[in-house]
Amino acid sequence: MLSGKLRIAAFSTAVIAFALTSGGALAQKKYDTGATDTEIKIGNIMPYSGPASAYGVIGKTEQAYFNKINAEGGINGRKINFVTYDDGYSPPKAVEQARKLVESDEVLLVFNPLGTPSNSAIQKYLNGRKVPQLFVATGATKWNDPKDFPWTMGWQPSYQSEAHIYAKYLMKEKPDAKIAVFYQNDDFGKDYLKGLKDGLGAKASMIIAEESYETTEPTIDNHIVKLKATGADTFISITTPKFAAQAIKKLAEIEWKPLHIVSNVSASVGSVIKPAGYENSQGILSAAYAKDGADPQWDNDPGMKKFYAFLEKYYPEANKLDGSVVYGYGAAQTMVKVLEMCGDNLTRENVMKQAASLKDFTPDTLLPGVKINTSATDFAPIEQLQMMRFKGEKWDLFGDILSGELSN
Amino acid sequence: MSAIDEVVTEAPAVEAVPKRAMTLGTGTSLIMLGLLILVPLFVKNFIIFQLTMLLIYGLAVLALNILTGGSGQFSLGQSAFYAVGAYTSAILIEHAGMNYALTLPIAGIICFGFGFLFGQPALRLSGVYLALATFALATAMPQLLKLGYFEYWTGGVQGLVVTKPDAPFGLKISQDMWLYYFTLAVTIAIYIFSVNLLRSRSGRAFMAIRDNEIAASAMGIDVALYKTLAFGVSAGITGVAGALGAIAVQFVAPDSYTITLAISLFLGMVVGGVGWLPGSIVGSAFIIFVPNIAEGISKGLSGAVFGVLLFLVIFLVPHGARQVAIVAQQLFAKLKKG
Repeated sequence: MLSGKLRIAAFSTAVIAFALTSGGALAQKKYDTGATDTEIKIGNIMPYSGPASAYGVIGKTEQAYFNKINAEGGINGRKINFVTYDDGYSPPKAVEQARKLVESDEVLLVFNPLGTPSNSAIQKYLNGRKVPQLFVATGATKWNDPKDFPWTMGWQPSYQSEAHIYAKYLMKEKPDAKIAVFYQNDDFGKDYLKGLKDGLGAKASMIIAEESYETTEPTIDNHIVKLKATGADTFISITTPKFAAQAIKKLAEIEWKPLHIVSNVSASVGSVIKPAGYENSQGILSAAYAKDGADPQWDNDPGMKKFYAFLEKYYPEANKLDGSVVYGYGAAQTMVKVLEMCGDNLTRENVMKQAASLKDFTPDTLLPGVKINTSATDFAPIEQLQMMRFKGEKWDLFGDILSGELSN
Repeated sequence: MSAIDEVVTEAPAVEAVPKRAMTLGTGTSLIMLGLLILVPLFVKNFIIFQLTMLLIYGLAVLALNILTGGSGQFSLGQSAFYAVGAYTSAILIEHAGMNYALTLPIAGIICFGFGFLFGQPALRLSGVYLALATFALATAMPQLLKLGYFEYWTGGVQGLVVTKPDAPFGLKISQDMWLYYFTLAVTIAIYIFSVNLLRSRSGRAFMAIRDNEIAASAMGIDVALYKTLAFGVSAGITGVAGALGAIAVQFVAPDSYTITLAISLFLGMVVGGVGWLPGSIVGSAFIIFVPNIAEGISKGLSGAVFGVLLFLVIFLVPHGARQVAIVAQQLFAKLKKG
């Protein structure tokens, strides 16, 4: 039986891998609250209810992934006990749940809590208690601050990293661009705009117009008309899905055809491009860091094959078109990697140390070439993205993997 | 048949609650007080934090109880007053470096003014229309807090982080425990104030308006004044609760004070028993702990489980905790006789 043999082969490789990693670690075992010889307790906070409940899928995917790890023998023989609570996207509830995780459930660390407001609310508390707040699920740039918050680390590329990539692209491909920036007037929009200006550096004067909108505005048409009148030939849309779709439509309506860049948050085919119309969206640029579960070009990709096999066995009800599933898988894989690296030294300090020493780690669901790197001064795991252009009914990736770091 | 029985058997929108029935007897009150003082000494800090939140939401529910149970006006906008109180306190502590204890009365006064002013236009409305007007206030508040004009003060969408106070006079107790006793002291003071308010001339005026507005005005009660006053007092107490909440949670952000909070408070009031002040604590316990229980039963269906539990409570004890308390009291009396 081929499958039986394969399973044995896989199992023995796993055993060898475990033997190698545990052999590498020191024989002495060290534990903090939440870790024992048989178990590692990980806390998590997700909006399973409330306005952002669509993201709850991330928590469910992570739970499924940890189930898979446990079914395969755990990490160095220790099973993961994943305790996940609902905060309904409400910061006071997030504080209550974080305290429950730390003081009542006594978890080793808090992994991938979701939302900028919720994470802002618990950051001070977790850092005060010296509990790792690892791989937070938000794109704000402020999580990369090892000096002031040595116990907090992000995961996905920050809004600023992404903006740097657009800046690099424009300086290379269209150095005489006249840029009009249209942004949402909140932390997301402002973070982004700052990234764009930093990325352009001395050439920030390429931005000839800035317009902001409030999420409360029923329509953004007047902003678009105003930006067209400035004579700009490049339009950067730092918008959330609803407004990104409105902008694409309006541009087509007034027959303004600039180079159009939309942020990664609004690069969804389902919620932005389709409602705005495929014919209006041809040639739009954006950037991505993860593979798209709906894109047939990954059907034969070994990483995505593993991902699909995982979904089939451990999370069959998942919708593979949902970006959150891909996200949760990648984040959980990173967590497992860090815990493997910790070996038998499962102290909170060592967890942070190992999380800050990831070298060229590649979860299955990230684009080929996108690597996770961290260091004691770099708490931003993913900083690379690849540009993509909308063609036909899907995104086409093009060019090299670009780094959002300003230093290179 | 006692007067209380009659009250329980009939059910108008906001039923007439005699003022005696609004509070607990002295003995029961003292036992409750003793429990609230002693319990924190024996539990973990996390539980103390939850108890602090219990008292804070209890205050907010109490405030709504005065408005609805006392003067018969509905409000779905309490989250707005709660937010104003929280932000007032957070801004004063973080920007002006003021002592946290001093920010409470200021938050209370500002919210009183805010509530009193809001009460003016609300005068023309009653019943469901008033509920809708206050609902509008609750929906608008988070977005107002995000406005660019106030961003320097409010921190915009990022919110403000508030420093937690240490215990004063070199007391060797944890921050959580100190904050609990501080909150308890404020709660008791406000509770006594509320009970006395409802027993005073003003309280009688509130209740007269609640029972029959025309009759009340015929008796010479200034209906407009007392209605707005009830709004003001309710908003003021909610503001103090909000300020305490900001200090306990150590963070304020627009997303903390959405319409969900207003509905939770309303729910707490109904579960605790409309017009029964001690029920506020029970209602507050319901809105804090029951969602956690629901989540424990089923993660994916926590909302549905919560709904079922809520339905059971409303179906079995439509008058909330007050009904339970009355039944318990009668049983106790029977046992004494027998």
